[in-house]
Amino acid sequence: MSKPKTLFEKVWQQHLVAEPEGEPSILYIDLQLVHEVTSPQAFDGLRMAGRKLRRPDRHIATVDHNVPTTSAQDRLVIADQVSAAQVNALRKNCAEFGIEFFDVQDSSQGIVHMIGPELGATKPGMTIVCGDSHTSTHGAFGALAFGIGTSEVEHVMATQTLPQPKPKTFLITVNGELPFGVTAKDIILDIIGRIGTDGATGYAIEYAGSAIRALSMEGRMTICNMSIEAGARAGMIAPDETTFAYLKGRRFSPGTRPTNLDARPDRTAPDGQQLGSATDAFDAQWEEAMAHWKTLPTDEGATFDRELHIDAATIAPAVTWGTSPGMHATIDGKVPTLEDAKSEADRKSFARAYEYMDLKPGTPIEEIRIDTVFLGSCTNGRIEDLRAAAQVVKGHHIATKVRAMVVPGSQHVKKQAEEEGLDAIFKDAGFEWREPGCSMCLGMNPDILQPGERCASTSNRNFEGRQGRGGRTHLVSPEMAAVAAITGHFTDIRKWKQKEGAAR
Amino acid sequence: MEPINVLTSKAMPLPLPNIDTDQIIPKQFLKRIERTGYGDFLFYDWRYNLDVPDDVSPNKDFVLNKPEYQGAQILIAEKNFGCGSSREHAAWAIFQYGFRAVIAPTFADIFFSNAGKNGIVLVRLSDAEVETLLGHCTANPDNKITINLEAQTVIDEMGFSGKFEIDPFRKYCLLNGLDDIGLTLRHSDKLDAFEAKHNSEFWSAPKVGA
Repeated sequence: MSKPKTLFEKVWQQHLVAEPEGEPSILYIDLQLVHEVTSPQAFDGLRMAGRKLRRPDRHIATVDHNVPTTSAQDRLVIADQVSAAQVNALRKNCAEFGIEFFDVQDSSQGIVHMIGPELGATKPGMTIVCGDSHTSTHGAFGALAFGIGTSEVEHVMATQTLPQPKPKTFLITVNGELPFGVTAKDIILDIIGRIGTDGATGYAIEYAGSAIRALSMEGRMTICNMSIEAGARAGMIAPDETTFAYLKGRRFSPGTRPTNLDARPDRTAPDGQQLGSATDAFDAQWEEAMAHWKTLPTDEGATFDRELHIDAATIAPAVTWGTSPGMHATIDGKVPTLEDAKSEADRKSFARAYEYMDLKPGTPIEEIRIDTVFLGSCTNGRIEDLRAAAQVVKGHHIATKVRAMVVPGSQHVKKQAEEEGLDAIFKDAGFEWREPGCSMCLGMNPDILQPGERCASTSNRNFEGRQGRGGRTHLVSPEMAAVAAITGHFTDIRKWKQKEGAAR
Repeated sequence: MEPINVLTSKAMPLPLPNIDTDQIIPKQFLKRIERTGYGDFLFYDWRYNLDVPDDVSPNKDFVLNKPEYQGAQILIAEKNFGCGSSREHAAWAIFQYGFRAVIAPTFADIFFSNAGKNGIVLVRLSDAEVETLLGHCTANPDNKITINLEAQTVIDEMGFSGKFEIDPFRKYCLLNGLDDIGLTLRHSDKLDAFEAKHNSEFWSAPKVGA
């Protein structure tokens, strides 16, 4: 019998094109996602070298980072001329190189890491890259997915491969039932708090355990998304029935019937078989794909280079207090003191963060007042996130002086939320309801914090100036962001829900 | 990519851990479609007085603006340099400002890769060694450091001497200024063969139902 392998090792081996002696392995890339910010110089590089884009069918492009979210009109005619030029460059490049492009008002537009899964382009066992560090999101499907720089984007365009040093493997298990009020976001912030922002540098993480298994695909994507915040380029979760149920019937999934065929009364599959029966060609294709996907999970007895085991019961709703995602606190905790710092480097970072965040050590987290709430991003801009936040907000109004906005991660999420009436709940509560994009997660478009403004954000980074120069970001789950919007300060969602439950 | 081997220069100390790529180059400069012109925006938020709108006078307290460090081609920082966003603009800004090497105890993965593709030498030394060099260059801004890539050594004029590890292939590429795409295309036959077989594995195709 062959040596037991991890999920990562299986996907890695199935994509090895060459292993030249003394050089990094050459890895085949199944899908490259392209957006406006990190691609123009790569397309230029191809043109300058007279190279072709090898596999346009393995590329998908959209605009997300710098599109305005205020209105459809503002997106069609972008006022910022530099942003407009960048969006136009992508339009032209996709046309020239033959890449399928989802433009600003396309029904499939959205943040790249939202639309890959929504379209069914992201599937188990694939290798996926994008010029964006949050590409790790797609690992939730059991794909090996990681962020790359623009030189590498160009490399994939030219060769559909990447030379890659093989990362080490890191197993993180979360076992047990998640406590009331604790979400996927709290799990990943807890993990980053434990191991630090460089804790998994050089590793590909696999998340496992009963608490991970119990999560929806949305929750799993939230976890894998922030792997990079722990230093890992990739985070993966083995595919299972939850994964298959999510994928079934999506546009680019195996076995999906083309809609135009579906609409015909007398339907015939490409091979002449009658559609609709249990064993037609489409169903067979789906079954064959599932059979392959089921071989991917880590074999019993496979070993990892490193392991971390967490008891789900120990996790509480998280609020980051400082300027690094590793500066983790829980809602019932306090801003740590210098004595809590584990090293000299931490002490220096803490001192700097107190000043930037304008916080005193020892301040209870619940006493921190906020000015702004941002609900969205590739971390928490999915339908389940909006549902959870709407549930909290329903029947309430945001606090005086608080500015709150919801930016759905994609057109698909926006449409679905509107069909479910979530937009009305948010608008009634005083939230702005926006068009899809990256928005205030990084503030490349006009959605930014003003200096000194304090934000409860469902995004992924709280670096100095990330959401706008001088802006102060606290990372939280969608529910925690929603409750803070109502009370005007960080509030324990567990107590709030109990109180609400009693009142309703 | 420019080949590089021996570099002798003053070094600029930036004694902070976890310097992220948002600090190295803020988002507003990522809207450009050019590959050059990023040097002026390196460490933008720290480098300029931006408290008054449109005031972009240099912040005299920031090390990059101190006259004694002008012309430094080596940057020294603490652990986890380059964490966060994958933006290669960070590597472009560092290179185009004039740095050819960064010394730190550890670097984030994506930045590490981006720097290599732009001919920037990343030197990993121990925490203690980095602290020594930071001390030397703070006390004596004229202290010159010599990085020898071939020999994998770092020395300075104040008696520091250290060795560093580097992946042999990365070293070879830096020494010779090699283009990655060209290197991969040496394996075209294997790529064609792999792809022919892989094409039939439809579950790995992004657009199966298309």
